[in-house]
Amino acid sequence: MFDLSGRKALVTGATGGIGKAIAAALHAQGATVALSGTRREALDALASELGGNAHVLPTDLKDAAAVDALPGAAETAMGGLDILVHNAGVTRDNLFLRMKDEEWADVITVNLAAGFRLYRAALKGMMKRRYGRLIGITSLVGVTGNPGQGNYAASKAGLIGMSKSLAYEVASRNITVNCVAPGFIESPMTDALNEKQRAGAIERIPAGRFGAGVDVAAATVYLASEEAAYVTGQTLHVNGGMAMI
Amino acid sequence: MSDIAERVKKIVVEHLGVDADKVTESASFIDDLGADSLDTVELVMAFEEEFGCEIPDDAAETILTVGDATKFLEKNAAQA
Repeated sequence: MFDLSGRKALVTGATGGIGKAIAAALHAQGATVALSGTRREALDALASELGGNAHVLPTDLKDAAAVDALPGAAETAMGGLDILVHNAGVTRDNLFLRMKDEEWADVITVNLAAGFRLYRAALKGMMKRRYGRLIGITSLVGVTGNPGQGNYAASKAGLIGMSKSLAYEVASRNITVNCVAPGFIESPMTDALNEKQRAGAIERIPAGRFGAGVDVAAATVYLASEEAAYVTGQTLHVNGGMAMI
Repeated sequence: MSDIAERVKKIVVEHLGVDADKVTESASFIDDLGADSLDTVELVMAFEEEFGCEIPDDAAETILTVGDATKFLEKNAAQA
């Protein structure tokens, strides 16, 4: 089950903690992967770690024209595009009253608007081929909210609403659109927490620990598989029981 | 019937899975041929591919019938 041999997958934010795990898991299931991120060396390192069937496509997701062109470049590099995982995400946390326009705009641009552009560009080919898997890596806070993350929570909630709307539109074309919502996962993003914040978080997680990138990757592989054909418009929560929704 | 009209008809028949004799010049994709709005987007994509031209969104919105498509493509097709 969940064999992805012959499938072609594009992953954004592929050098981040979770993105790397997702790219590696898709690749391990047999998919050819196109790795997008901002740091060329890190992408090259990941590609050589994976061995064959890995393409490197450095992209600045704040550059709208570059984002529009990315799915096409991935299709050209891999000879098709079946799976798109929009995993890239940034945080610019601040109290709402102190939040700068740029902090709002940066987060919405990368986390949400880039997803819109990527999905729109990828859809043409997927509609023609009558097959596609669009997966957005959102966040638990997109559903629950989080103080200091008005921008981030808005972007992640936006991704969920966008995915549900699109799921309606393209379901008849055998294209599914889903989200994976991680809770606390060991990654550079949670490395930024101090000891007290960390301990406080663990208290709220029934599993008693942070998750790993591979936990998110496994959920992503499932949604990317042919077996998940009847699952669309959903958000799969991967949070150790922190919120049961 | 012009060559372009023939090719338009063929695409419509194939894409919407309708009988060729229903695909008349005045047939509306949505009202007469059972297309949904996504089908009309796909038809426009298929016309673009077949005729090697770009159909901008504002033009696409005016293509409601088989005849509309033929007329637009007679003016704009690159590979007539």
